[in-house]
Amino acid sequence: MSTAAVILLVLSIVVVWGGLLAAILRLRARPERTDLPSGGEDDHREDVAPVERDT
Amino acid sequence: MATTGTAGTGPTTQKPREEWTGQVGFIIAAIGSAVGLGNIWRFPGVAYENGGGAFLVPYLVALLTAGIPILFLDYAIGHRFRGSAPTAFRRIRTWLESLGWFQVMICFVIALYYTAVIAWAVSFFVFSFDLRWGDDPAGFFTGDYLQLADPGVSLEFVPSVLVPLVAVWVVTIAVLAAGVARGVQRANMVFLPLLVVAFLVLVVRSLFLEGAAEGLNALFTPDWAALGDANVWIAAYSQIFFSLSIAFGIMITYASYRKRRANLTTPGLVVAFSNSSFEILAGIGVFATLGFLAHEQGVGVGELEGISGPILSFVTFPAIVSQMPGGPFFGALFFGSLAMAGFTSLLSILQVVSAGFQEKFGWSPRQASVRLGVVSAVISVALFSTTTGLIALDTADQWANNIGIVASAVLMSVLVLWVLRRGPELRYHLNTVSTFRLGAWWQVLVAVLAPLVLGYMLVSRVVTLLVDGYEGYPGWYLALVGWGTVAFVVVAALVLAAMRWRRSPDDFVPWPPFPPGEAVQGAGRTPSAGGSAARRPAGTAGEEAR
Repeated sequence: MSTAAVILLVLSIVVVWGGLLAAILRLRARPERTDLPSGGEDDHREDVAPVERDT
Repeated sequence: MATTGTAGTGPTTQKPREEWTGQVGFIIAAIGSAVGLGNIWRFPGVAYENGGGAFLVPYLVALLTAGIPILFLDYAIGHRFRGSAPTAFRRIRTWLESLGWFQVMICFVIALYYTAVIAWAVSFFVFSFDLRWGDDPAGFFTGDYLQLADPGVSLEFVPSVLVPLVAVWVVTIAVLAAGVARGVQRANMVFLPLLVVAFLVLVVRSLFLEGAAEGLNALFTPDWAALGDANVWIAAYSQIFFSLSIAFGIMITYASYRKRRANLTTPGLVVAFSNSSFEILAGIGVFATLGFLAHEQGVGVGELEGISGPILSFVTFPAIVSQMPGGPFFGALFFGSLAMAGFTSLLSILQVVSAGFQEKFGWSPRQASVRLGVVSAVISVALFSTTTGLIALDTADQWANNIGIVASAVLMSVLVLWVLRRGPELRYHLNTVSTFRLGAWWQVLVAVLAPLVLGYMLVSRVVTLLVDGYEGYPGWYLALVGWGTVAFVVVAALVLAAMRWRRSPDDFVPWPPFPPGEAVQGAGRTPSAGGSAARRPAGTAGEEAR
């Protein structure tokens, strides 16, 4: 392989995979906002919601 | 699942929206959607033909200035307005619902033929074990396997395609019927890691083939002069655009299944960079393998033909597999990867359709999956398992992607950001819930740069298709299958938008309120002092850890 090709191969890997790593680390450091405004709570039951007549 | 004692939202209870089980589930499903056939068979060829190593520059610029910003726009719309594309757009402005249906119908059309390609990959996975294609992979693919006829409308079915195609539909319907968390997310949780491992093994193996270095040399040697060519930049923008699954409802739908208090932009960065990382990996694997082929044939990599698209996968790769020590294993890895990458993308495409119909007609996930799945499967089998399947697929794909999706993106940007001026609201939404904040530059990119670049792509493609036709297929055929596809999508979108909702989606208050400080009572639509809200501390990360 030519020097130029090797440099660009390494550069592609460093920039793109490095970008992925940086994004993952950033997300791990701060997964969610802790200063959200009030409200916006979901009635959350994982997947299948109860049938509608179930009140 | 804790489903008892949860009637906390009052007497007019709507069904709670389905949700991912957490951040990881969403990210994996979104990566599964973005990483598809295009990553494996399109990116390497496009990069090679557009400057080699120098393509990295326009590629990264396109990723940062169009791909990620439009991805965020999709997220913002889906998450803020908590609905499938038609619901979300309708909640922005009633008449915008038809744009949502336009996106749903594009997905419907794409799913019809995408399934066929996955069926081919499944077949070739099986063929790998005994190298069924023999010495003439090209003849095998179009002749023995597809039994390709001239362009036209044929009802002559090809059983070798029909059987795997039906099987793919059955599995897909089963997964979608199980719902977002138990079906789509679970399938992605299995297939995406499996895909990554299988593909990594394949890439590592390819690096040890004779001639691999020559292949990588061909791919990465930079041609800096290419950066002065506008077409190279357009190629980069279109690769990023098609690769990320943006602007046709998928990411709107997926984001709508996140809980309201969820981080959006940073997970979006993970998804976007994962997609590009897989493309780089595919580039390395494909070109190392092509280097081996060139070495075996005693020619330069530049002289090889069939280095992208279906021909790369179903003609060139089988030829390589036949010549390689341990070929059957390599072939199984390659076609297995192709099938898995396609399948996780197919699920996302069909979830768009399913979600749209669920919400409009009050269907359950199971009803939507079975009803839509059976109709789609019949059409898909009728059109794409016949002797003219490949030609129909190629034509429909050209129009659905280059006209349909690009038009959808331009319309979304122009209507939502220019006409309705919702940019500040959507940026506020993203910035309020997310940990990666967007400046005013985001609005400039999605409202000005994206429609300019995509608008140019759209107009130039329309002109090319009108003037030059496509692949030399007859004009009547292109009018029927190509333009006909676009006309069908438009008409179906208008009809579906005009139909009556089973339950109006308009009784909806977006959260967080915008402008901030106003409409505080809207924020308390679900009770914040009692019911489920009180039981969960704000901003807890426990949810995401599952």
